[in-house]
Amino acid sequence: MIAYLFLFLIIAATIAYFIASRRAVAIAGNDARGLHSRPIYHGLNALVYTAIPAFIFILLWLLFEGSVIDMLLMSAYPGADAMTGAERDLLLSEIRQVAVGNIFREPTPEITAAVERFHSLNATANLLLGAAVVIIALAGAGLAVTSVSKRFLARHSFERSVTIFMIFASTVAILTTLGIVASLLYEAYLFFERVPVTDFLFGIRWEPQIPLREDQIAGQGAFGAIPVFVGTILISFLAMAVAVPVGILSAIYLTEYASPRFRAVVKPMLEVLAGIPTVVYGFFAVLTVAPALRQAGISIGLDVAPNSAIAAGGVMGIMLIPFISSLSDDAFAAVPQAIRDGSLAVGATKGETIRKVLLPAALPGIVGGVLLALSRAIGETMIVVMAAGLIAKMTVNPLDSVTTVTVQIVTLLIGDSEFDNPKTLAAFALGLMLFIITLFLNLIALRIVRKYRESY
Amino acid sequence: MSSAEETIHRPVWDSDEMAARRRKRYAADRRLQRYGVAAITFAIGFLFLLVATLLYTGASAFVQTKARVTIDLSSAEVSADDLMGAPWRNIVRSSLLALEPTEIPRSDRRAYFQMFTSSAPFLVRDHVIANPDLIGKSFEFKIPFSDPLDQFAKGQISRDTPEDRRRVSNQQIGWFDKLQASGVVSKPFNWGLILNPDSRFPELAGLAGAISGSFWALLVCFLISFPVGVAAAIYLEEFAPKNRLTDIIEININNLAAVPSVVFGLLGLAVFLGWFGLPRSAPLVGGMVLSLMTLPTMIIVTRAALRSVPSSIREAALGIGASRHEAILHHMLPLSMPTILTGTIIGLAQALGETAPLLLIGMNAFITSPPEGVFSASTALPTQIYIWADSPERGFVSRTSAAILVLLGFLVLMNGLAVFLRNRFERRW
Amino acid sequence: MMSEAAVEEAVGAKVDSQPPVKMQGRMVCVYYGDSQALYDVNLDIRKNQVTALIGPSGCGKSTFLRCLNRMNDTIDTCQVKGSITLDGGDIYDASVDVVELRARVGMVFQKPNPFPKSIYENIAYGPRIHGLARTKSEFDEIVETSLRKAGLFEEVKDRLTSPGTGLSGGQQQRLCIARAIAVSPEVILMDEPCSALDPIATAKVEELIDELRQNFTIVIVTHSMQQAARVSQRTAMFHLGNLVEEGDTDKMFTNPDDQRTQDYITGRFG
Repeated sequence: MIAYLFLFLIIAATIAYFIASRRAVAIAGNDARGLHSRPIYHGLNALVYTAIPAFIFILLWLLFEGSVIDMLLMSAYPGADAMTGAERDLLLSEIRQVAVGNIFREPTPEITAAVERFHSLNATANLLLGAAVVIIALAGAGLAVTSVSKRFLARHSFERSVTIFMIFASTVAILTTLGIVASLLYEAYLFFERVPVTDFLFGIRWEPQIPLREDQIAGQGAFGAIPVFVGTILISFLAMAVAVPVGILSAIYLTEYASPRFRAVVKPMLEVLAGIPTVVYGFFAVLTVAPALRQAGISIGLDVAPNSAIAAGGVMGIMLIPFISSLSDDAFAAVPQAIRDGSLAVGATKGETIRKVLLPAALPGIVGGVLLALSRAIGETMIVVMAAGLIAKMTVNPLDSVTTVTVQIVTLLIGDSEFDNPKTLAAFALGLMLFIITLFLNLIALRIVRKYRESY
Repeated sequence: MSSAEETIHRPVWDSDEMAARRRKRYAADRRLQRYGVAAITFAIGFLFLLVATLLYTGASAFVQTKARVTIDLSSAEVSADDLMGAPWRNIVRSSLLALEPTEIPRSDRRAYFQMFTSSAPFLVRDHVIANPDLIGKSFEFKIPFSDPLDQFAKGQISRDTPEDRRRVSNQQIGWFDKLQASGVVSKPFNWGLILNPDSRFPELAGLAGAISGSFWALLVCFLISFPVGVAAAIYLEEFAPKNRLTDIIEININNLAAVPSVVFGLLGLAVFLGWFGLPRSAPLVGGMVLSLMTLPTMIIVTRAALRSVPSSIREAALGIGASRHEAILHHMLPLSMPTILTGTIIGLAQALGETAPLLLIGMNAFITSPPEGVFSASTALPTQIYIWADSPERGFVSRTSAAILVLLGFLVLMNGLAVFLRNRFERRW
Repeated sequence: MMSEAAVEEAVGAKVDSQPPVKMQGRMVCVYYGDSQALYDVNLDIRKNQVTALIGPSGCGKSTFLRCLNRMNDTIDTCQVKGSITLDGGDIYDASVDVVELRARVGMVFQKPNPFPKSIYENIAYGPRIHGLARTKSEFDEIVETSLRKAGLFEEVKDRLTSPGTGLSGGQQQRLCIARAIAVSPEVILMDEPCSALDPIATAKVEELIDELRQNFTIVIVTHSMQQAARVSQRTAMFHLGNLVEEGDTDKMFTNPDDQRTQDYITGRFG
């Protein structure tokens, strides 16, 4: 149905384009200069007027069609008012399954009735949508075609449409941020209605299991986020402990010591490390690094957990090396050659110049890069989901297994789409914290980097 | 020597003390250099270790151990009218038994049949449905061995391991050796890895669903992020007034580029699935989330590309009476298009590797048929890797590595294309 | 072009009336990759004198200056042939330590380039890396005397800990001179030290150069004829990579031997 509508719009718009531009040519007659806008603009204007309003209408329709139909279905279903959200969702999905012919068990008469209603609603909806789209498209086309005249500012009209699209496009980024903030705040608010904010922020037990049955002993679960944050900080710290020295030292070598040829070969290789998807690092950590560290630990008499923080953190550090090294590289490159010369000219060695002049001079840029990398480490998901633990422990032992904010978000939400229990909502509360922390780090880092660029 | 000269106390540079000091300083210099080399070696070493591990574990998944059997449909009760209902299980089992010259006692048959993939009847059925002229004839067919035997044939399971600690019994090894001696065992290239959809059985699991899921998601991502990103970049670079709002948009774009990907997943889950009610696990939603993540990259790249076009070109166009829109659409944009496309491909390559947001919107479902479009449930390459990495069967380890190699192959292709575009078409002003 | 023997003779003839030779360039050729920047330059730098190198831009005067403390080493493609001696020892000899050389032959650059550190640390940097002082009071003394010699002490004595980059352009350049002085070099090379400064700051730096002559041998590259005439005792004129003429500044500006020098000084090209 939608595909046919799109096809109709394309054809209608093309026809409108030709009619309008022909008309413009006809009106102009022999005097092409008599027209304000070239015929092509009259055509393009008609094309926009025909297709775009109808297209926007289709998108809006699709956005709300599902929920409106669900609402109508439920309002007609006997006893739906008494149902919980989860039961409604289950019922709706069963109706839809039956409607497309996937029958797992004999449907009840109520469901059969609902399915019929669903079909008739759908048919009505399609009819309405089709009629509305045709009317809107024809109205737009008619308006554009009749307005073709010598003095009609078709180019201005078309360019205005383009500008409106461009302005809309620029606000998409803002809308995205607003969407993130709104959804996180809303779901977190629902969470904090059930679990007090103070329990979440200061509690030291994180056991997000909720009882499946009323009589289960596991109880209400505990949502104290402190151990989760401790784990996040531990793993991020380990990652930075690997990435910062290695990244900065390799940047130093590449910018100050390496021959251009060496640099031309090695720098892209380092950047390959940044291009590898994180799920690959996660697998690498599980398959190679964690067992190797465990073996090494056992051989010197240390007990290393199979999903130790050091394995996840170390691999994450490797992922971050190119990030830090390329930002440090930029920072070193931004220090003017004159300052290097000044140091060499008083008889400093290259190493002294680097350690005592370049490093302090480039420090703000490097710090900005490190903060950005830290924000990445905190928000990194796949490596820890695969290589870190699930149990929240209050420990800073790198050989132990800890969990992180992102691990909890993913495990709480995988395979669970209900929005009304604390377990899934907790994920959004964690997501809100994650967003705030990384936003804060990013803002500081970007400010430092920008200030630093201005100073040279 | 003038008297003024005496006021300067000059160090004695060639003294032993100074020379020793200089030696120390040079040693420190060399030390720093060595640390640098060590750091680079560490990083590059891990890159090689990573690739080597993947190649080592993944290579074996590119072949599949199969047994050549003769399927005889001449006598059997197979009619073209009811291919689905034919007794495929019995047909395949008798063909498998025919491989073994000595009679296998009934009590051992279960172990014998376990050597082969349990989906063998379906494979034969689908093959016959695809080639109806085979009905009534006898033909050869290659049946994959089940995962334990496949692993054994590839040397992943050793004979020397005590029997109770491996998943292949001595009896099965005995049969396998005989089959091998009779020449029916082969290891052809495992097309199933690319052409099969996902399966619970490693010997049948493939990436077809994941690859097409990724394709649809990237298509959606491109269709949204390219026009929107380019339009936003043109507006911000060429039209936007320099005011607070524009500043906020810019800071916002930079920040968005650094928001953790899992947060985008939460956005997709809450807004696209929860509020808009779009279907779960659909490439459409995946592509929408990915497009929001790619958008900042697109905008930043396009702006840089536009900025690199000299303003003299715009002025030349304006000077002969083109409107601002015309100057940009006819001149600036075509000139910067190679750079924009290069950036787009790199952005899409990043999107291809994104996993976490797709997990949250459910693209990690177990789905045994490739998606038909952007609305049907599907996995994507990275989420498929995650699913397989989480699977306990030994055979999935090498398949995960192989899937990663396939993913990396796509990434290399895309980046190669980007590099090619840049070298071939990009202009330097 | 004079033959080598003729050069020796010419130099020998003047030795009585002139201070001793501190640095000496013989048949110096410099190449950047395939292109040659200097052709067989023979020049003596005399002790406690200011030698000015003049000539139109691109003539090789800065290149020659940068050869004198081997700053050209930092450019990979640069190659130096011929010999340059400091107190008779070849500075391009393999046994020469470039770090020591640069401590003995200091340099001040065209644009002031203070380190992004405090004024105090800018000065103390050289002595610290060379180990010229041990105690805090020794450092304090070096910093103060260097700043005094550079005529900057009174202006900055209350803010030694504030960053050197916060000073005005002229002050920054004098800070860089103080930084060079702090390691007590024997020769100070100055590469157009006033080109980025306003006239008042320029006058101060020129005055300073004249004072420094008592303790240091100075080589200055300048594009300003007046500056060369004001501060130098000897002048060398470069053109297209060749040393055209060198001699007493007074003679060069009043009665040059070479037509090109005449033309350049009177402003016919440059």
